[in-house]
Amino acid sequence: MSGPTKMTPAMALVVLASGALFGFGLSLSTMVQPEVVLGFLRFRDWGLMLVMGGAVVVTLLAYKLAPRWLGRPLLGDYFHQHVSQWNRDTLLGSALFGVGWGLSGVCPGPALAGLGTGNTDLLWALFGMAAGALVQGLRAGRP
Amino acid sequence: MDPANLFPLGWQHYLLGGLMIGAGVALLFVFTGLVGGMSSVFSSTWSYVLRAPYFQQARYTGTRNWRLVYAAGVIVGALVWWLGFSDGVALRTEVPVWALVLGGFLVGYGARLGNGCTSGHGICGLGSLQWPSLLAVLTFMATAFLTANLVAFWGLA
Repeated sequence: MSGPTKMTPAMALVVLASGALFGFGLSLSTMVQPEVVLGFLRFRDWGLMLVMGGAVVVTLLAYKLAPRWLGRPLLGDYFHQHVSQWNRDTLLGSALFGVGWGLSGVCPGPALAGLGTGNTDLLWALFGMAAGALVQGLRAGRP
Repeated sequence: MDPANLFPLGWQHYLLGGLMIGAGVALLFVFTGLVGGMSSVFSSTWSYVLRAPYFQQARYTGTRNWRLVYAAGVIVGALVWWLGFSDGVALRTEVPVWALVLGGFLVGYGARLGNGCTSGHGICGLGSLQWPSLLAVLTFMATAFLTANLVAFWGLA
């Protein structure tokens, strides 16, 4: 997961296109609208489960099959892995994240994508997230 | 249960949008091998301007460039949808500013402390069958359900 990643122009283009697909999907699925997310969290509309489910299935296939079929990424050095651990920080962090998400209906992807839909209200959420990440990093001290 | 009750606004756009989000994460992985969670960009971008040791870790300084390009892509993709596939009216939200700022703060703080958000743990973590990510998802779903319903019950937002 760590280690510098050299970015060739081709790679930058792919990263941009990947983000664009992600952002288009967030917009099409209306996840950029906090009201829709809050509607899910209040059990009025189960759409978020379809968004999450659809995304997880495609990701699962790619994560399983690409290393098997390709050996190494088409432009990169090796296939990275999402390494997650279950500890106090993950528990506390996830719990706080959920409180914030339930309060605002906004999470990191939609906060960014929302800007592309002209929703300048979401700048407030984006500002909050940047501040939250700042305070977390300063409090963490030396890793 | 009648599906129309589960999805009063229809279900196709949810599924299609979800598949596209997955396609974005898959494209990133197949070409670059990178894992495309979204919340790290909020820490890695601080590493450009702050010398604090936490932000100067290789996992941020070594990934800040592509994470920023990835985040820019998310905005571009949403812009393409807005200009080409919607009625072109800028979206707004009725969520009050205090809830956006305070909620955003907890989202940023919590996602970075817990090392992942709805995309990092939810999509990438579950997509790589990491059980700690499943526990993280269940945790934030639980506190989010609780918070959203209490806020509505108390008429706060």
